[in-house]
Amino acid sequence: MIEFRIDRRSGVAAYQQLVNQTKHALRLGLLRPGDQLPTVKEVVTTTSINPNTVLKAYRELEREGLAEGRRGVGTFVSVSAAPAQPEADQLRAELAGWMRRARQDGLDREYVEALVKAELDLHYEGDGR
Amino acid sequence: MTTIALDATALTMRYRRGWGLRDCTFELPAGRISALIGPNGAGKSTLMRIATGLQRQTSGEIRVLGQVPGKHGANRRLAFLGQDKPLFKAFTVEEMLRAGAKLNPGWDDQYAQRLVREADVPFGAKIGTLSGGQRTRVALAIAMGRRPELVMLDEPLADLDPIARQEVMHAVLAEVAETGMTVLLSSHVIADLDGVCDHLLLLADGQVRLQGDVEDLLTQHRVLVGSRELVLPDGVVEARTTGRQATVLARTSDVPGWDNNEPSLEELALAYLRSTRKVAA
Repeated sequence: MIEFRIDRRSGVAAYQQLVNQTKHALRLGLLRPGDQLPTVKEVVTTTSINPNTVLKAYRELEREGLAEGRRGVGTFVSVSAAPAQPEADQLRAELAGWMRRARQDGLDREYVEALVKAELDLHYEGDGR
Repeated sequence: MTTIALDATALTMRYRRGWGLRDCTFELPAGRISALIGPNGAGKSTLMRIATGLQRQTSGEIRVLGQVPGKHGANRRLAFLGQDKPLFKAFTVEEMLRAGAKLNPGWDDQYAQRLVREADVPFGAKIGTLSGGQRTRVALAIAMGRRPELVMLDEPLADLDPIARQEVMHAVLAEVAETGMTVLLSSHVIADLDGVCDHLLLLADGQVRLQGDVEDLLTQHRVLVGSRELVLPDGVVEARTTGRQATVLARTSDVPGWDNNEPSLEELALAYLRSTRKVAA
């Protein structure tokens, strides 16, 4: 189970934040196929958002095949939802190594962020966010 | 298709000293949480009192859950929690619940008791000794005890401390999640309603200034920041200038040349409220 957090100043719609956080948790392996997502009641009482917003987020996750609603029980991560990818561990390790080198070479955080963003924009052009 | 919980056509309330409501035409969709926003004296309480049948309009029409208010006595499917949170101070919480059961046909006693238990209010305590937050939770339990389809809450958070505000709001949201009931919630603290309400009805001087789905309204407006030399787009609600810079809230899509941002609910509502104040002045 995960707990959602809504940042009201982010400018990102609340339902989209729920969708993003669920995907993020899936990528990090904090959520696995078959896990239950918090009930609508639980989400509204931890985040103070409208229940319809939660339903909208869960519908979106269902539409993308990442979650499935079970009537009267709740919403669960789809069995078919891709779990955290094993190759992602390898890639992350390589990235960590790169970061260490960047730091040793005296690149500051903002410079590294700008580099990463530039490469992201180059390689994921048109993928949206 | 959305069904309509409440609709009004040219609803008007004329007092000896002026207008309470003036030619208000609006709809509240069922199953949603609607915000009723407006300055003091905008007509928020008048609107709720007319909807409950406590007061009769001068002209125009209103239907609540398909019924004309007051025509067949109090509407059983409607609950109203007034600003004064009417409870008998000398009663204990338990006695108050028993009174609720006697006074309300279709009372769900188990449900009302559960709401009080969830609020951690002792059943034996006298109403007069409760904190503001506890009193609101008891009043809420009594209003909800009849299992309404539509609940109207008039400034339920006024006079509560920040933690009590949050707890009351959570209690309301949890019941909406569970029952799918329709809520109309008035407040003049707009930040309390941000994210909570998905429909907006904004009143000023007894008139409807803005209404609709909150998300739609936010995407239909922009906060524009740029040089004051720039040409203003159509649909300007409010424009302010400081030095060489202009800040504009307008009903528009992105305008080239300006820095475009979607407004927050508070920015949107305040711009509309300020713009009506300037016209009146």
